[in-house]
Amino acid sequence: MSAEVHSRGSIRRRLMVQLLLGAAVLAIALFFIVQSLARQLAEESQDNILAAAVSAILDTTSVRDGEIQLDLPYSAFSMLSNISNDRVFYAVRFGDDFVTGYSDLPVVTKDDSFGPWFDTTTYQDDEVRIVTAQRRLASGETPLAVEVTLAQTRDGQRDQLMWISQSAAALGTGFFVSVAVLALLAARSSISPILRLTQSVSRRGPKDLRPVAAPVPHEMVPLVAALNSFMDRLKNSLTRSEEFIADAAHRVRTPLATVRTQAEITYRRVEKDENRASIREMIRAIDESSRAAGQMLDHAMVTFRTDHLEQQAIDLNALAAEMIDRLHPMAELREIELVLEQQGAASTIGDTILLQSALRNILDNAIKYSPADSVITLIVSQDAGMAHLTTSDRGIGLPIDDAERLKSRFARGANVEGVIGSGLGLTIADEVARAHGGYLTIANNSKGPGACVTLSFPLQ
Amino acid sequence: MRHLIISLAVILWPFSASAFDIEERVVFGAESNPQTVRVISTGDVRVFEPMINGFLAENPTVTVDYTVVSSSELMKAISIDKAAFDVAISSAMDLQTKLANDGFTAPYSSQATEPLPEWARWRQDVFAFTQEPAAVVLSKDAFAGLPMPQSRQDLISLLRQYPDRFRGKIGTYDLRDSGLGYLFATQDSRTSEVYWRLTEVMGALDAKLYCCSSNMINDVASGKLAIAYNVLGSYALSRADKDRFEVMLPTDFTTVMMRTALIPQNAQNKDLAEPFVDYLLQVAWNNTGQTSQQPYDSTATLAGKENSLRRIRLGPGLLIFLDEYKKRSFLTAWENAILQE
Repeated sequence: MSAEVHSRGSIRRRLMVQLLLGAAVLAIALFFIVQSLARQLAEESQDNILAAAVSAILDTTSVRDGEIQLDLPYSAFSMLSNISNDRVFYAVRFGDDFVTGYSDLPVVTKDDSFGPWFDTTTYQDDEVRIVTAQRRLASGETPLAVEVTLAQTRDGQRDQLMWISQSAAALGTGFFVSVAVLALLAARSSISPILRLTQSVSRRGPKDLRPVAAPVPHEMVPLVAALNSFMDRLKNSLTRSEEFIADAAHRVRTPLATVRTQAEITYRRVEKDENRASIREMIRAIDESSRAAGQMLDHAMVTFRTDHLEQQAIDLNALAAEMIDRLHPMAELREIELVLEQQGAASTIGDTILLQSALRNILDNAIKYSPADSVITLIVSQDAGMAHLTTSDRGIGLPIDDAERLKSRFARGANVEGVIGSGLGLTIADEVARAHGGYLTIANNSKGPGACVTLSFPLQ
Repeated sequence: MRHLIISLAVILWPFSASAFDIEERVVFGAESNPQTVRVISTGDVRVFEPMINGFLAENPTVTVDYTVVSSSELMKAISIDKAAFDVAISSAMDLQTKLANDGFTAPYSSQATEPLPEWARWRQDVFAFTQEPAAVVLSKDAFAGLPMPQSRQDLISLLRQYPDRFRGKIGTYDLRDSGLGYLFATQDSRTSEVYWRLTEVMGALDAKLYCCSSNMINDVASGKLAIAYNVLGSYALSRADKDRFEVMLPTDFTTVMMRTALIPQNAQNKDLAEPFVDYLLQVAWNNTGQTSQQPYDSTATLAGKENSLRRIRLGPGLLIFLDEYKKRSFLTAWENAILQE
């Protein structure tokens, strides 16, 4: 009966989402960084070449007879066409006079530095990178500045940046996809210890309260330590309550024996029929209490012994015969005949004391619920690798609908209101059978009234 | 052929409100056709006719209006007049590049433009469709008994050895008049110093200066010239009297010019210009077996000479020699070498 567990969120999903968000942010950042670096590089290289070209032109200038001499070097323009097929514009000015080139080409606004000065502007409906540089030439009394302005369109750079953007986008996407795959694997592998722990805990039997021994990741140590300590406390608490019950039963049984002896003595002394009847009633109640205490002790013992099960060969025929002998006096009191039917050899491996306890409880039950002057048969048989001890009586039978419930502690049939009992007998038998790898079968006799209870154990 | 030349050549067609000089204008295809693609070109009608007819065979509803101008007039028409031409074809690589650089072209990309070698295209604007070597045309008569020179060095030593034999019989472009001559000369000077040495030797032998390749070849064929330097090889080889001279591609280096096509920014029929350019490029580059349609086909001439070829590189480098200051200083140096006054 597992209580409902409330769940909120998922470690795997949270891990995935966080990793993917991180990867997306990184991929986008990567894209923009690559793009901006590429832009910077492309702009720088264009600036460098423009500066080299403009200084190559300036180097050819001189003044002769107060007039500017200029020999535009072919290399100045051909180096510009080396990086891209961009349009080129130029203008040369001497002092305030326009010398040659494109007279409407704008001049870069100069600051205090020596130049060259760069700017990005629009010329002839196209974006151009423009550079202006100066050189002072001696002309007459005062030096005059010759100023060369060179401009180049940026189509090539735009194409290059487009290509780099596409590459960067592909790179970013590739990065994101690989991280997504890695994130999936990482999320799966990081929750696998939790799954392993869950499996190892849920695979356990109902009484397995051993601490988890398999190594777990560092982060799970507190959880597993808490689980282990919880199970330890649970086990201690269970043991304590079993011990308490056994102790209590034991303490009750001894004084009960004294009380019974005294009651019997008193019984013999009193003579009035009504007094005798009430004392008989008293003795019967004392017997029931003592029997219940005995069964509780039995149960405690079974619980203890199944934890440390002895493994020895047991001859079931001998065991059955001995048990019949032992219970004979009690059956005789009620004039019930115990018949042992042995259908060949049958033996198993197990704990003799437990098997005796199981069989005794079943026979005890049978005697208790059988009418006086009837027969109880115990059959020892075997088939298909199992040995069976089948007890059938002529009693009131069992409510079969309830068969499974009868195996649980303190459960009693709906039809036994009048008979005193603890409800532990079948529980003990069931636990013993299961501890030995066998089972307990509860049925009603097919012919006539009475119950038929079978203990089955694997053959040796 | 269904499509014949309907209109005849019209010399100096009165082009209303045009400020550029037209040499010739021909309309191919039926004039009643609903669509007209207007082509401005520096190439002879005769040379482009097979290609245009091939194009019309594939596009029967189109008319091709073909206008011939000089390369500088073409530049003027597109950049200053902004005349409404759909395709501009020119041998002046530098001017075509400048048109593209200065934003007078419309970029175009198609399955025909993409496979072009990198050196045959600039941006998505200028597309080359010929490879024409700058050749030296040598009169067989004038060199009788002499070994035929194979390189500029050979030529220099022969001229130094026999100055009187060649004096006054060397022709080359007048760079002040000819854009193509200027382009060849500037590219030669970039490649090797030997160009200046040769120019000085030619100048010392009273070189004659010409405006055009064809005039030079005429004079070599007639015996007036012994040597014509930097002549368009494609012109020389296409002549009927080509057995009178030898077309030499210098083994030290052969400058190769490429004719280029572009679509002007203000083309009115870009949807016609594009298939026209595609067709032109396919004929030139795809080996479709239509070599008969290929204008100025020099494939056979250049075959096996890859090592000595110096293709003029399309790109902003060509703008350098268009700069006024640069041009002035280059021409001064050239005049000093060739005129030697």
